[in-house]
Amino acid sequence: MEQKNITSKIKEKFGESVLEITEFRGDVSLSVTPNKIVEIAEFLKNDEDLQFVMCKDVTAIDWATRKNRFTIVYHVYSFKNNFNLRIKATISEDPPVIDSVTSVWRSANWYERETYDMYGINFRNHPDLRRMYMPEGFEYHPLRKEFPVLGIPGSLPLPEKPE
Amino acid sequence: MTMTSNKKVYTDEKILKKLMEDSNITIEDALENEMVINMGPQHPATHGVLRLLLRIDGETVVNCVPELGYLHRGYEKMAEEMSYIEFIPHTDRLDYTATMCNNVAYVLAVEKLLGIEAPKRAQYIRMMVAELSRIAAHMVAIGTYAMDVGAVTMVMWTFREREKIQNIFDRLAGARFTTSYTRIGGVASDADDETLKMVREFLDQFHPAFEEMDKLLLPNKIFINRLEGIGVLNKDDAIELGVTGPNLRASGVAYDVRRAKPYLFYDEIDFNIPVYTEGDCLARYFLRGDEVRESVKILYQILDKMPAGEVRANDPKHVLPHKTEIYTKMEELIHDFMIINYGINPPEGDVFFSAENPKGELGFYIVSNGKGKPWKLKIRSPSFCNLQAIAQLCKGAMISDVIAIIGSLDPVMGEADK
Repeated sequence: MEQKNITSKIKEKFGESVLEITEFRGDVSLSVTPNKIVEIAEFLKNDEDLQFVMCKDVTAIDWATRKNRFTIVYHVYSFKNNFNLRIKATISEDPPVIDSVTSVWRSANWYERETYDMYGINFRNHPDLRRMYMPEGFEYHPLRKEFPVLGIPGSLPLPEKPE
Repeated sequence: MTMTSNKKVYTDEKILKKLMEDSNITIEDALENEMVINMGPQHPATHGVLRLLLRIDGETVVNCVPELGYLHRGYEKMAEEMSYIEFIPHTDRLDYTATMCNNVAYVLAVEKLLGIEAPKRAQYIRMMVAELSRIAAHMVAIGTYAMDVGAVTMVMWTFREREKIQNIFDRLAGARFTTSYTRIGGVASDADDETLKMVREFLDQFHPAFEEMDKLLLPNKIFINRLEGIGVLNKDDAIELGVTGPNLRASGVAYDVRRAKPYLFYDEIDFNIPVYTEGDCLARYFLRGDEVRESVKILYQILDKMPAGEVRANDPKHVLPHKTEIYTKMEELIHDFMIINYGINPPEGDVFFSAENPKGELGFYIVSNGKGKPWKLKIRSPSFCNLQAIAQLCKGAMISDVIAIIGSLDPVMGEADK
């Protein structure tokens, strides 16, 4: 399938839920409404012509000052069409919640855990939403823009000084 | 898979009675009980600081929970605070067995964002170093993998070859290990005839040496039996779990970014994509060997086709000028000052670029706000994604097979933990 057919097919199916289709340097992005994300994911994966069977990456962008602060970014790939598609869903900071796509793509499990760890996005219906890299008791989400690069003193408990 | 039953009950009445008197648990309890063991993070066979929590019943793994993050250095956060050029040395520290591949993938991502292209010779040199690096990485993978399952000699043989590649890098980049060789819009320095001669000499002697390695391992029945049918990952699961690279191809999916979305000049090169359908540890071993052979083939073609010309693009706003020019010419000095101090300022937008690395598909997702530093830089690291399969592969395996499974997936924790 050609790129135009792919995007128009998704647009046809979901109509107003697909907010914007953009192209930059050959990458096609699809902005969608966050409440429809699982439905769209299921369609992308299971449709005969599309077959976006592999989820390559899930991450978030912190826009810091914007009203809708976070954009969740999914990169999916279709072996059949040899096509990379980027899906974006923008959510507000309060509360930073979006449905998990783990039920559609199993690989999203760790990607979403990482995104939760780094940005504090809560993925609804995620089977095991724990921190991926940072220790369990850590309070902050380091890739948020307000977190300083040098870290916050005292945020990571260190071993006590020997006498 | 061979699974020995562990539920042998003591038949000697005397021993049984004595044991029962000594403790308040029954002997059946002791045998039925599941045990949790903590493998790693300081375990030599976990290839770095990978920690696996294993629930075992006798010698059979019932469940496996991988824990990551022991080598987390926060490169994605650091990238937001430095210019695009400053981040190149940090890509060395991702997959530290294949530094050149990371360098190449990163600058290609930035070039995609900028919309510029390096000259043909630079791209051919990049292709050459990426393939050399791929051989070097697979040498580590094969050597340590064989060592993990008991064939210790192999690692000496593979590292001997790897050393020769690092000598080439030393001449080319000035460093053996942390190369940082590529630049945005080109490479740091041109490959002279002497270097190309070194590559050719290396290739000429490498082929017989690699055949010898095969002779060392493959008639070894212990090695084959240890890996055959272990850790089977079928095609659908591999795709579902986001596994890429050799591990995906060993499960029967002929997906290689070099062929699917050709970057550099891979479309001008004739090479095969080895595929195995078994999906077990042995297939993953064979596949890496076949990939090395393909890389040798690619390298010969690169050497034959190596074009002449510049190694840096003529784009003074984005590409660093050569050092000798900075010292002698005013314009170049100004551009160098601007690029170093204010960055290359790519247009607003976001790109995802992925390249085929020895471990799998390394992707960079860069969001630019038009300033000198990336607003966001996400690394899609293949080792991280491949490790997600480990829980499934370990379930039902013997505890000694866990070592073989980790070795066959070949994770590098520098990359998985970022």
